[in-house]
Amino acid sequence: MLLEVRDLRVEFRTRDGIARAVDGVGYAVDAGETLAVLGESGSGKSVTAQAVMGILDTPPGRITGGRVLFQGRDLLTLKERERRRIRGAQMAMIFQDALSALNPVLTVGDQLGEMFVVHRGMSRKDARARAVELMERVRIPAAAQRVRDHPHQFSGGMRQRIMIAMALALRPALVIADEPTTALDVTVQAQVMDLLAELRREYRMGLILITHDLGVVADVADRIAVMYAGRIVESAPVRDLYRAPAHPYTRGLLDSVPRLDRKGRELYAIKGMPPNLMRVPPGCSFHPRCPMAQDVCRTDEPPLYEVPGGRASACHFWRECLRG
Amino acid sequence: MPEQPYEPEGAIAGTGMGGAMDLGASEAVTLEGTPGGGPGQGPAGRPRSLWSDAWRDLRRNPVFLLSALVICFLVLISLWPSLIAPGSPLSCDLARSQDGPAPGAPFGYDGQGCNVYTRTVHGARTSVTVGLCATLGVALLGSVLGGLAGYFGGVWDALLSRLTDIFFAIPVVLGGLVLLSMVTSTTVWPVVGFMVLLGWPQISRIARGSVITVKQNDYVQAARALGASDTRILLRHIAPNAVAPVIVVATIALGTYIALEATLSYLGVGLRPPSVSWGIDISAASPFIRNAPHALLWPSGALAVTVLAFIMLGDAVRDALDPKLR
Amino acid sequence: MAEPILEVTGLVKHYPLTRGVLLRGQTGAVKAVDGVDFTLGRGETLGLVGESGCGKSTVARLLCHLERPTAGTIRFKGEDITALSGRALKAVRRAVQMVFQDPYTSLNPRMTVGDIVGEPYEIHPEAAPKGDRRRRVRELLDVVGLDPEYAGRYPHQFSGGQRQRVGIARALALRPEIVVADEPVSALDVSVQAQVVNLLARLQAEFGLSYVFIAHDLSVVRHISDRVGVMYLGRIVESGPADAIYDHPTHPYTQALLSAVPVPDPGARDRRERIILSGDVPSPAAVPSGCRFRTRCWKARERCAREVPELAVPAVFRDAGGPAAHPSACHFAEERPALPSGEPGNGNGPG
Repeated sequence: MLLEVRDLRVEFRTRDGIARAVDGVGYAVDAGETLAVLGESGSGKSVTAQAVMGILDTPPGRITGGRVLFQGRDLLTLKERERRRIRGAQMAMIFQDALSALNPVLTVGDQLGEMFVVHRGMSRKDARARAVELMERVRIPAAAQRVRDHPHQFSGGMRQRIMIAMALALRPALVIADEPTTALDVTVQAQVMDLLAELRREYRMGLILITHDLGVVADVADRIAVMYAGRIVESAPVRDLYRAPAHPYTRGLLDSVPRLDRKGRELYAIKGMPPNLMRVPPGCSFHPRCPMAQDVCRTDEPPLYEVPGGRASACHFWRECLRG
Repeated sequence: MPEQPYEPEGAIAGTGMGGAMDLGASEAVTLEGTPGGGPGQGPAGRPRSLWSDAWRDLRRNPVFLLSALVICFLVLISLWPSLIAPGSPLSCDLARSQDGPAPGAPFGYDGQGCNVYTRTVHGARTSVTVGLCATLGVALLGSVLGGLAGYFGGVWDALLSRLTDIFFAIPVVLGGLVLLSMVTSTTVWPVVGFMVLLGWPQISRIARGSVITVKQNDYVQAARALGASDTRILLRHIAPNAVAPVIVVATIALGTYIALEATLSYLGVGLRPPSVSWGIDISAASPFIRNAPHALLWPSGALAVTVLAFIMLGDAVRDALDPKLR
Repeated sequence: MAEPILEVTGLVKHYPLTRGVLLRGQTGAVKAVDGVDFTLGRGETLGLVGESGCGKSTVARLLCHLERPTAGTIRFKGEDITALSGRALKAVRRAVQMVFQDPYTSLNPRMTVGDIVGEPYEIHPEAAPKGDRRRRVRELLDVVGLDPEYAGRYPHQFSGGQRQRVGIARALALRPEIVVADEPVSALDVSVQAQVVNLLARLQAEFGLSYVFIAHDLSVVRHISDRVGVMYLGRIVESGPADAIYDHPTHPYTQALLSAVPVPDPGARDRRERIILSGDVPSPAAVPSGCRFRTRCWKARERCAREVPELAVPAVFRDAGGPAAHPSACHFAEERPALPSGEPGNGNGPG
């Protein structure tokens, strides 16, 4: 297994109390596999990724438990110096907002080349040549000229390509993409997702795709983990999950999305909204919004039940849910 | 419709909503975005605004408490100096020139034989009056001019920008020497007027920027779409949201105005005797620094503590009003 | 089509690009909206879709008189309201209201929710007698699914979805006939989006509202719209009934746009025929000659650089009729099935 996250816990100290942003999350990604982590804002999907990458802001965040096994080594026990060597070279991250993730005062060539200078000890000149190669690889037109441009001179889609080039520069084994196409237009989004999928196949990378978009997930993911209020509520191979969700939250999400290929009168809407992380309901955290909730849901927190077909669901009534 | 047995404390839960329940009305206030990044949620859901949040921060800030204590004391003695210094600051006895501490004169006497303690205490009034009045004038003039320029933009904005550039180019002390040497009044008003004249461009720039930022918010557009008048938009929507940076800068500037008053008085163009001012006393005592350092030390110390207190207060207010700046 | 309530013809908004501070010289213009025509029928929803920079939000601002158009006319119930000002404009504003995209910046943080929803009555005192306003505000909050008890709270105490409801209540206060909604759900979480979409649909039925619904999310637009206009670089390139646009698109841009939308169905992954457009949208300050889509179009020929295609029913479909016979601004308009895999017309633009 390339990456295995076990029982990860992250807390945030705020003025009003402690928020358990990540509360016992576990997932795994193999080489060449795409795992989608799906969740709404505040579900803990990005915080989990930041903890895995080791870029979580501490304080206010604090990792209070769990293990992050990357190629068999627990990253959480490593020294910062060792983690830095892994970060960028063996695991890399792509952010939503490429404009703020790139340094505005350096040319993109310098920023791309920096990776080779720092991690591979190349000369400036060689690094520049590699930067041009990379930009060509992510299909930036006239790469040899544009290597001297600054980030703001590129369009949103081109900037996201540069981010991808930077993340993939050192051929990492694992890439985490946090909402990589959310800020882009539909036609550009398709270009970028295609590029990402192509490079993943070519380099046999593991890819963790963090998103809220059920459409994007269906297009590219192999497996999917659905997060709600800091926990994983369901995980499954992507086709199985869309065919028959084993958790009422997943079912609700799938039903509430307007479809291009389908026209309905009224959309199904999950009632209420995600809970305050400082006051997560007892029992199953989804029960106040769940159409299937019973008494047991209000008192007993459901474990992550194993569901046949390599799936898991944190619902007491996953059998009923599977049946629909 | 299933009952909702669990209701988080402090949540805005839809009670008594009847048929609207299925529309998801029973939404709880959640932590928006990444944890810790969202706005504070009241534990009991009571109304909370920027000001009450800021006040909560300030009360816990030792820097604020200390500076507020000093400032309260300063205001108190400038209102009623005779509470702790009963004598007159003008009754001097040359026979006691440069004498050391004595009963009733714990700070000793200066070159004119005046009681340094009494004069230092009475000098607070000048400093506090000049500081407060100058700040008030600067804030009013600056925010009105800057705010209007920011809101209406166009030619007026361009003119104001050039005008502020011109004022920024005037050296403050030199300007003071030239302008104030022409007046002969012994009150604080010429000095205050001079400070307002040179100080407003600073505030007007802040106010202009702040108004331009606030103006772009959709709630201003929403008010316009409703047909609200410019006056209404300015007073109701823009001013309350744009005022925080002005307050912060004005508070910090208050300390510098006090220092400027002392500087001008030291140079002989600010307040003039028989007015009582720390600047005058420092000026008078500086030739005798070897023989009577105490006459220089006490007014200078009072000035430094006062300026520091106001600047620290400004810092604390800024932290409380804009936590992102920290 | 229903009786027209809003007719827009030749709407243009250019923002001059200037140099210099006091003595300004114009160096060019950003053509945000460059000749838009459409008609909104009473009680119907017109969806405007397009990517960022296509001018759809500027259209919204022009309709709500937040900007003055450079050219063109806007008619409300047959009356030209384009150049109104003063009292006449204020009266029209009552009839056309707006719902904004960002629920965080569209509510004044220093006002209580009750004051926000009640402000329309202070601006238009004739709309409701003073003693009646409190009751009306509570009613409005109830209508949009918020507890009227919370009228005394501040916006930051509410979630994004709840704030959007407050914004909708404010827009409804003056009983408008037209609501212009600019990306009203795109800032919301998926599960909350559905709630707000349903609310908008219910309010339309309840109050007989006409909507101009502006969004970049094609799925949401299809769900809520009766008719759809697809915008590209300041112009509508294709318009017609929603079903005709989505099931029988004839403009290459619409086809590419529809094929690029991810469908939440992993089974469709291999069946779908996607058109991946090359390049980005050109800057509205430098609009290509002729057909503005030609720089990204795989069908572009020499004629496209020369002639501006009119938004009209293409000659090929004019006589045949059927769903494909709707206005499409393309010289080479043709149907291209969107979902079932047809001929592999998967090409890249000429660069």
